[in-house]
Amino acid sequence: MAGAGLAMPTIFTGASWAQTDNYRNKPTGDTVTFGFNVPLSGPYADEGADELRAYELAVEHLNGQGDGGMLNTFSSKTLDGTGILGKKVAFVSGDTQTKADAARATAKSMIEKDGAVVITGGSSSAEAVAVQALCQEAGIIFMAGLTHANDTTGKDKKANGFRHFFNCYMSGAALAPVLAKLYGNDRRVYHLTADYNWGWSMQSSIENATKAYGWESVQNVLTPLASTDFSSYIAPVLNSGADVLVLNHYGGNMVNSLTNAVQFGLRDKQVNGKNFEIVVPLYSELMAQGAGENVRGIVGSSNWFWQLQDPGTAAFTKSFGTKYGFPPSQAAHTCYVQALLYADAANRAGTFNPCAIVEALEGFEFDGMGNGPTLYRAADHQCFKDVLVMKGKENPANKYDLLELVEVTPVAQVMYEPDNPAFAGGELGTCNPGA
Amino acid sequence: MFRLDRQDAGLLVFVAVITLFAPILLNPFAEGSAMAQFNAGYPDLMQRFVIFAIFAIGFNILFGLTGYLSFGHAAFLGIGSYSAVWMFKLLSMNVIPAVLFSVIVAGVFSLVIGYVCLRRSGIYFSILTLAFAQMSFSLAYSVLTPITNGETGLQLSLSDPRVLDGKTTTGALPETNLFGVAMNDTLSVEALGRVWQFSAGYYFCAVLMLIAFYISIRIFRSPFGMMLRAVKSNQQRMRFTGLNTRPYALAAFVISGMYAGLAGGLMAAMDPLAGADRMQWTASGEVVLMTILGGAGTLLGPILGSGFIKYFENIFSKINDTILHQWFAFLPDGLENFVVAVIYPFVGKGWLLTLGMLFMLVVIFLPGGLIEGAQRLRKLFARTPTGAADRRAPASKPAE
Repeated sequence: MAGAGLAMPTIFTGASWAQTDNYRNKPTGDTVTFGFNVPLSGPYADEGADELRAYELAVEHLNGQGDGGMLNTFSSKTLDGTGILGKKVAFVSGDTQTKADAARATAKSMIEKDGAVVITGGSSSAEAVAVQALCQEAGIIFMAGLTHANDTTGKDKKANGFRHFFNCYMSGAALAPVLAKLYGNDRRVYHLTADYNWGWSMQSSIENATKAYGWESVQNVLTPLASTDFSSYIAPVLNSGADVLVLNHYGGNMVNSLTNAVQFGLRDKQVNGKNFEIVVPLYSELMAQGAGENVRGIVGSSNWFWQLQDPGTAAFTKSFGTKYGFPPSQAAHTCYVQALLYADAANRAGTFNPCAIVEALEGFEFDGMGNGPTLYRAADHQCFKDVLVMKGKENPANKYDLLELVEVTPVAQVMYEPDNPAFAGGELGTCNPGA
Repeated sequence: MFRLDRQDAGLLVFVAVITLFAPILLNPFAEGSAMAQFNAGYPDLMQRFVIFAIFAIGFNILFGLTGYLSFGHAAFLGIGSYSAVWMFKLLSMNVIPAVLFSVIVAGVFSLVIGYVCLRRSGIYFSILTLAFAQMSFSLAYSVLTPITNGETGLQLSLSDPRVLDGKTTTGALPETNLFGVAMNDTLSVEALGRVWQFSAGYYFCAVLMLIAFYISIRIFRSPFGMMLRAVKSNQQRMRFTGLNTRPYALAAFVISGMYAGLAGGLMAAMDPLAGADRMQWTASGEVVLMTILGGAGTLLGPILGSGFIKYFENIFSKINDTILHQWFAFLPDGLENFVVAVIYPFVGKGWLLTLGMLFMLVVIFLPGGLIEGAQRLRKLFARTPTGAADRRAPASKPAE
């Protein structure tokens, strides 16, 4: 497969791009190879393992095994379980070690050795940005997995890269009105922020979005990423006069800081005549499991949640649960959807040529994938859809039933212009077919 | 040849021939066959083989000769990468200035860090270097974000000045090149059912690796190298004889730091991105493993060790349960699942486990590293009178 460049030209018909069929890793046999580039070791290994499960499920469904999952609810009907464009889907997987460097190495081996036409996965923004840039250079499509920083579709956006997951700005925009409704206006906020790109953009998104409701940031303290004990950061919060604590942390950081904060009894305090509240801007099921009962009553935002009532979510949760015995996380969901979206785009384009795929995905509107009507915006390759505001359940029934839905923030409220200052500075460039 | 004696010249030629034909030698299995999974002859991995060989050769000059165990060499690797990417951003996409600059910057940093750390020896030295490396990592990760772009990593962008190259007009990022030959240019040749990929970037790295290897041989055989060995065997005695050992150790430290910078610069030249995790302590530990696994203090050992570890990282980590099921599909279902369940923990995400076990086996049974294994095999088959193979006794001794 690595010798695709030397292969016989195959004639496709239909799309305009199909005539120029010279592109990297053109599949010549009866299979087409996907590259699933997920962390199996390192801090986000749990997310990575769940992503890989979702990908394997997606491949099954695309090849007509299993119950078809979201193929039955997806608004575009080109996927019928016969693979893509008559080719069965094969895949290779690699361990990104939750490091940008290693992620690029595995992605490169998938492109150079295994002849993958698309790379998808990743569970940190550093990985996503690094692999997206690599795919742009190599002329391969990148479908981002779990990446929440604004930069992925902002400063570092690339023509060959696409993101289905939501971002910091959307989290802030979705949370602010709900927070104001729950906790009232004129709050004083103390931020604890993980000291790297994602933490900073998360913090500024929340600060900007809540300003409109009269929330004022008292202080923003940066915490080193390697911290495991946050008690020394929690103590000063009590004397700062703040009545809300926002934890701009993710993964193990958030589990530890939230646990510390709750154990210090912050939530039982009264400050300025108001109940002290804690907010976690980005929630995930895996983190909620880690923090256990400390998440009770804590509010945060989510991309997707397995207990939603729409048919797409029901279909996906059912087939995932049947295969693996537990419900999928939002990381699994976004990866599953990305794999299907790529497959559908290739079918609609009539070729695997990256430029044709880009054309098919840009401005694509779809439904039935668990998030309601969704748009892949052409200007920055970011998906726009409703955002969920979640709350830790007071009385969870089991360890997968930790969160409950507070509100679905409609997409109009989280929409922003492509030239929003939080996303400015990058250019998509032109699509690269790699040959 | 090149002022080397016959045996060393032979070694150099041997390594040169292997690197020259690596794209063919590393693809022993036919495309599409079940064993094709184990082929390593694709450009990215071959580049990694030679780049990490440079890194380990340099580390061996410090650790193998002077016995100073540095746990912070990844910092120089990272510094080299950042310097190279900045050259690509500011000056030109030509790799020559980038690689030169990365070697110089890494040299300056290693001079400063080495000057401080070499005031202590043994475990204190190791801890000091580790502290410096972690400090560099934290600085790169968050504090110096304007220079390093934080956890996302420093990348090229369309708006970079690149004063020598001028603006690109195509909307695509320019490629790193050597006077017009793009580093990712690859000539694919299909023959005997195999695809051989001859990559320009690989050969550029390979030439530099050979130069680095040659310099390392010369250092090993020089009076300076002898002095470094003396530092290792008994530093106190040397001090008592009135010799100041610190300049020698510092020189070795700076040389190995420059090797690390060269490796870092080449990594950026092959793939223009520099990330902070390149400087993490795990990366420093990796080069220690490479050197010990291959054979510390030997010429060829570090090259072997780095190749071994990179092979595991890139090939074994990609074997997933689907592939295992394909391999054992001929077995009856129950047995197939059982075999896969037994093997699976050791491949895929378990590659580190396998590597760790092999490392333990090597350290216990072959204290001189893989090179000792090779020597034992040679002795076993060649039946040469004892002594001929041991002529270079110092070179085959274990590190400690």
